[in-house]
Order: sequence, then structure tokens, then C-alpha cells
Amino acid sequence: MITKEDVEHIGWLARIDISEQETVEYMEKLNSVLGYFGQLDELPTEDVVPTYHVAEIHNVFRDDVMEECLPQEVVLANTEHKQEGAFRVPKIG
Amino acid sequence: MAKWMSVAQVKEKIEESSAEEVTAQYLEAIGKSKINGYVTVSEKALEQAKKIDAEGHDGPLAGVPIAIKDNISVVGLPNSCGSKILESYIPPFNAHVIEKLLAAGAVILGKTNMDEFAMGSSTETSYFGPTANPWDLERVPGGSSGGSAAVVAAGEAPFALGSDTGGSVRCPAAFCGVVGLKPTYGAVSRYGVVAYANSLEQVGPLANNVADIAVLMDVIAGYDRRDSTSIDSKTEYQKALVEDVKGLKIGVPKEFFGEGIHPDVEKAVWNAIHKYEDLGVSWEEVSMPHIKYALASYYIIAMSEASSNLARFDGTRYGYRASGENWHAMVSKTRAEGFGAEVKRRILLGTYALSAGYHDKYYLKALKVRTLVKQDFDRALSKVDVLMAPTMPNPAFKIGEKIEDPLTLYLSDVNTCPINLAGVPSISVPCGFTDGLPIGLQIMGKPFDEPAVLRAAYTFEQNTDYHTKRPPEVA
Repeated sequence: MITKEDVEHIGWLARIDISEQETVEYMEKLNSVLGYFGQLDELPTEDVVPTYHVAEIHNVFRDDVMEECLPQEVVLANTEHKQEGAFRVPKIG
Repeated sequence: MAKWMSVAQVKEKIEESSAEEVTAQYLEAIGKSKINGYVTVSEKALEQAKKIDAEGHDGPLAGVPIAIKDNISVVGLPNSCGSKILESYIPPFNAHVIEKLLAAGAVILGKTNMDEFAMGSSTETSYFGPTANPWDLERVPGGSSGGSAAVVAAGEAPFALGSDTGGSVRCPAAFCGVVGLKPTYGAVSRYGVVAYANSLEQVGPLANNVADIAVLMDVIAGYDRRDSTSIDSKTEYQKALVEDVKGLKIGVPKEFFGEGIHPDVEKAVWNAIHKYEDLGVSWEEVSMPHIKYALASYYIIAMSEASSNLARFDGTRYGYRASGENWHAMVSKTRAEGFGAEVKRRILLGTYALSAGYHDKYYLKALKVRTLVKQDFDRALSKVDVLMAPTMPNPAFKIGEKIEDPLTLYLSDVNTCPINLAGVPSISVPCGFTDGLPIGLQIMGKPFDEPAVLRAAYTFEQNTDYHTKRPPEVA
């Protein structure tokens, strides 16, 4: 069962602000879904290998050569928060 | 001009008149729409059509209009993913499938409505409001590619692209009475498609008939080095359009006819299977014992991947940004205000499933169950060529009916999400009606054996008339 403190903690991990009232709502709805997920516990899987994806390909590399990329002004076109060719954000701490 | 046309008919019409006239007529139908299927109509569509008329084009889709789901990047058109956080985002590059479509001469009509970030089965979680089902305007079109399915069903595009992570092409195809294909994982490049759960999703076509699905697959499928899971199968899709199923082995997995299935859906799907008997093939029952665990496994994996994928939406480089006294406050507020309730629930659950102390219990467990589900498919498909089952256990539900209870809504994906865990191809074709609402038959096949799936679907379509029925409310 997920507690109010758990909701606050995962809200911080996911960087999503959650109000006091929302915490209770999330707790109820998330617990209902987690309760459903609990059914997997009845299935023994000790010796089963996990499947991360089904494509039978691994480590796809390309040659280490420079390629054309988008021009700086195009990359910056989707934000107003920019300065001297860089994205501008508030200070970290 | 007939409101509903196959691609072949659209091409004939272009020959007789012009690409401009055909595009103009679709734009007129969109202008009179009752369903809120498009979130953006392209202002360049007519210009694109005129250019094809003026300069000529020898591509297979020269001048043929198409609708694109709003999570597939098209230069110059917003790619909002049904979300406030990307409302203002205009991609500076085209998705691989869009490059292919433009090279084939297709005219992009606009971007279609969807559940926010493709998370939903009803198109109700869109920031731009729900799309109505053309068969009953009070009902959902299914989701998450609800806009794409609905505009095809309503005659507002001859065909469309959607994306399918756990049923998002097949569910709306079934609910709107159109055809929808989820290709084999790796068959179509995901480059330029906004990721929800990368290990599960594929771009897929929606159309009024099986032949048009094959036409579109021949254009969009193939290797792309920008998607590291892309595989060149060299499949020729239109060659699979053979009206003959003799020798084809059909399996019917009883687990797909579980508790809560609507009796008319069950009856329609069995009628379809009996139709194949009339066409000279038999079927056998197969057992897939882990299917009942697929839904939980699917949602844990999808939410976990989503929590990672959607971390990129932080207000920094594009999209909505809230103000905050520091970085963490800005990002946390941006995401709180920019994402809708369902997206936040899935990010939070995914974050929890991956967090210290819970990773093995949820995420790793789900990946192991995924192996068991995949083995069920491998075993069943070693005995038969295709599997047949209902796409959705029920017909389209009312707008607002299930949205308040996430789990109830998740349960509607019970027959579609196992396919994404296994990565196999699956098509939904119309196979009947209940109270005027369409029912979908789901045909699944071996990896990269779209030809068997298409052949079965095409033969069924050639011998039935469900796909010719049109929704009266929008006629």
C-alpha cells in the first residue's frame, strides 16, 4: 500500500508538484491500480528471464563520423527563454 | 465526390479532376465536422496539392490526402500529443514515416486528436477535449488514436496514421468500424514519434479497407538507422492481398473470450470464424495460459517506460514553462500544470515501480511475465498461422462513463495489450454490429508475417460487407 509520504516522495522523484488535497486522491487511485498489479505475485517467475524488448538486436552502432545537425536558431525556435545561443533556466539551488 | 473513398478511388478522382479539388473536398468535410477529430488542420494542404498538380509526381500516393496522429512529427505543424505541455511545440524535423509519405506524394490534411501522450483508450484525456464516435456522437471513438480512426470513419480522410502501444490503433479501429494494423515491432521506424513506451509501440495505419492498409505499409515500413530497433523485413504488403485462405491454420485462444465480454461481440467474432470455415479452412482452439496476467505486466512496463520518457518535458527547450524560484521549482510546477491527471498518474506509478525497493516487485516481475506471455504466443503460433479473437470485449462506451475510474478503463485493453508485449502483428477488421455500434475481429500473426494476417483479413473483407457500412449520423 502506498502512503501519503510515498506519494510525496515519488512526486519529488518525478518532479511533479502535488498539493495536499491531490496527495489523498493520488493515494486512493494509485493504490487501486497497485492492488490490481499485485495479482502477478501468484505467478512463480524465479527461473524466468526478463524480456526488455522483443527485437532480437543488440548494440546498434553507427560509424563515428560527423553529420549535419539542425542549425542553432532552429533548435532554439521553440522557446522564449534563451540567451546567447543557449537555453536559459533558473538557477539550480 | 463520394464521401468515403478507397485510395484507388481517390487516385481515380485525382486523374479526373485534380489533387487540389480532392484535398479541397476533404477540407470542406473537415470544416463541417461534428466529431472534433482534428486538433490542427494544415494550412499548407491545398498548397501541397496544387504543387503536385502543377509539377506532377510519380509517387504511389501522389496527391492522396492523409491524416496524422498528433504525436508524429510534421515540420511546421504543432505536435501537441493532446497535451498542454506541448501545445505550442512545432517540431523542426519530420518523422521517418512523414518523410516516406511526402516522398510518396501524400498530402497531409492535419493532425488528429488523441489521448494525452497516447495514454488512454477513449481519447477523453486530450487537452483539446474528447473526439466523438461517428456512429454515436455521445460515445467515445476508442483510443488513443481516436481522432485518426474517427476521421477515417467519418469520411474526413481516406486513411490515417496512428500509433499503437497497447491497442491504440486497434481499439479505435474496432470502435469506429474501420481497419487498423499494429505492425510487428521494428517494422516501422519510430523516429520522430513522441515516445510513451518505446519497447511496446509502433506506428500503424487506419483505413476503410484492408487493401489501403497494405498500400500505406508499403510506403511507411522499412529500415531506418535512426531507430535502433528498426528491422528491414523486406515485406511486400500489397502482394499479400490474396483472396484465398486455403491451407491457412487458424487458432482461437479461449483466454481472449473472458469474463465480461459482450454477448454480441462474442457472437460476431464466432460468426467471423465460421465464415472462414465456409471459405474452406478449419480452426482449432489454442490455450495461452498467461494472457490473464498480460494487462498488469503491460501497464507496469508502459508506466515505467513513460516515467523515463516523459522526463524530457521539463519546460526548458520547448513547450509550456511555469515560473519558479529555482530549477526544481520551475520543472515541478511546469509538469504539474502542463500534464493532465492520467499522464501524471502513470508517471507517478511508473516512478514508483522503478524506485528503490520496488523495482524487483513490479518492474522486473512485469518483464518476467512478459517473457511468459511471449512464450504463449510463440507456442500458439508454432501450431497455427494466425490467431483470431475479439479486438475489444465491448462496443464503444459513453463519453464520461469510465474516465473517473482508471482501472476500469485499463481493463478495456485486455485483448489488445498482450500483442504489444509479444511484438507480433495484429489487425482489427469490422465483423459486425450491436445496437448500431461496430465490432472488431482481431487477427494476430507471427513476427513479420503481416502477409498471413493481411491475407486472412482481406479474404474476410472480400466475402463480407461490414466494411462498407457507414455511420448514419455523419453521412
